[in-house]
Amino acid sequence: MTDTNFEPKIIAFLCNWCTYTGADLAGTSRLQYPPNVRIIRLMCSGAVDPIYVLKADLAGADGILIGGCHPGDCHYQEGNYKARRRVVAMKEILKNAGFDEDRVWLRWISASEGARFADTIREMTAAMKEKGPNPMKTMWAV
Amino acid sequence: MKTLIPVENGNTLKALQGFLKRLLELGVVDALMLPLRTPFGTVTPGVVTDPDWLGEADPLAPVLPSNGATLAGKLSAREPRAKVGVVLRACELRALVELTKMQQASLADLVLIAVDCAGTYSVPGYQRSASVQNTVVSGQLSAVSLYADAASKPDAPDPNLRAACKICEQPVFDGAQIAIELLGVDPAQEIRVTIADELGAKLDLSETAVPSGRATVVEKLVAARTAARDAEFAAIRARLEGPEGVPGVFAACIRCHNCMEVCPICYCKQCVFKSAIFDHEPMQFIGWAKQKGAYRLPSDTMLFHLTRMNHMALSCVGCGMCTEACPAELPVGLVFRAVNQRLDATFEYVPGRSVDEPLPLVTFKADEWSDVGE
Repeated sequence: MTDTNFEPKIIAFLCNWCTYTGADLAGTSRLQYPPNVRIIRLMCSGAVDPIYVLKADLAGADGILIGGCHPGDCHYQEGNYKARRRVVAMKEILKNAGFDEDRVWLRWISASEGARFADTIREMTAAMKEKGPNPMKTMWAV
Repeated sequence: MKTLIPVENGNTLKALQGFLKRLLELGVVDALMLPLRTPFGTVTPGVVTDPDWLGEADPLAPVLPSNGATLAGKLSAREPRAKVGVVLRACELRALVELTKMQQASLADLVLIAVDCAGTYSVPGYQRSASVQNTVVSGQLSAVSLYADAASKPDAPDPNLRAACKICEQPVFDGAQIAIELLGVDPAQEIRVTIADELGAKLDLSETAVPSGRATVVEKLVAARTAARDAEFAAIRARLEGPEGVPGVFAACIRCHNCMEVCPICYCKQCVFKSAIFDHEPMQFIGWAKQKGAYRLPSDTMLFHLTRMNHMALSCVGCGMCTEACPAELPVGLVFRAVNQRLDATFEYVPGRSVDEPLPLVTFKADEWSDVGE
């Protein structure tokens, strides 16, 4: 049964040039969105090492968001294309290892898409709330 | 060209040694890397420059103490280097192709010599076996009987063969300059060799009619091994996708890191898990313990296995060195092969197939997985 008081904790790895700036825009525009996200800024979605995502998942993060520039718009030209492949591989591994790969989302959110950022957090918070807490929260033997 | 090496007195090993000796004598290579028999009766890879020492060579010994790809990489990765002939089994050659793509080996000055593989025993298993306790000739007879078994009863392998070998559906390697073909012939009579024409000419070999049974034998062996593989995959997937998952399957891991050390694909000079990043402060452990109530030590055990998967599972060649090296007897190789099968299907990639096929995470197309991220 889902505990209705359960508030998911989402760890977000956001690229500096697009998604992080988009999140900032959501803030300056005073858009309201659930306070469940913890943002970590990196320079590029291509700099998201799978180990960060896996560590967060094993530590019990309910949702993990990777935010980057839309394909073709990467500040470093190709970083997001590599991120896309890396995330496809990581999710396939998570699925085959018995983890819920749907707790890891990749979203392209540009610097001007403050509303899209807010909507994404709203969507992810609701989805993770529906799933319930990450079982890794109480799994100490990992 | 295809040709035959005649075998006298049923001594297959001597015939093979003689063939390899000519590569050194005629200067086709400066050195050979291949399995050698030590004075203590064990078999280990070694590098030989003096043709007379090839009397100690035993590429037929059914044991694989380490994946030779890593060693071939050490002999070829940087210049200056010599021209080295490397005598390797299929899984080692596939790993070598992957290592070349990872800049850890170079094929430019290597002559690849592929030996058909009918399977190997574990290192202690091989030591215990009667073949070692007797003479070298007996040792090669056990290898020869493995080839005969692979041909006559592919679905009933010796139960003492390594787990990885029993499910290996790639016992032969295409793409070597020299292929020593022992499947589908009677090794006590002759060895079939496929050799690049220029090399064959240097060795004064000429095209001969060869017995044609090999393709059928290999096909049947591959079919039997594939069926065995699928059964093993189903069993491990039931555990991985069930209540155990990776945390359950790897629960007894003692963090010796042997699997990482012996894996030919794990090439990082310093594994991130041995670096300062994982040299945690005392209060970090206390903090993590407070977070979950209890905390496993050493920390990050499942993270180690999942990270290793993310780093190398795409290129796993299924050699099984990891399983052999695991003191907790975890089915490491089986898990990585099962994950690798699904991963490689996603990227339509086959490790070891071609040195020109880029590693999936090093390349990309602008218009692929266009639904991901939207």
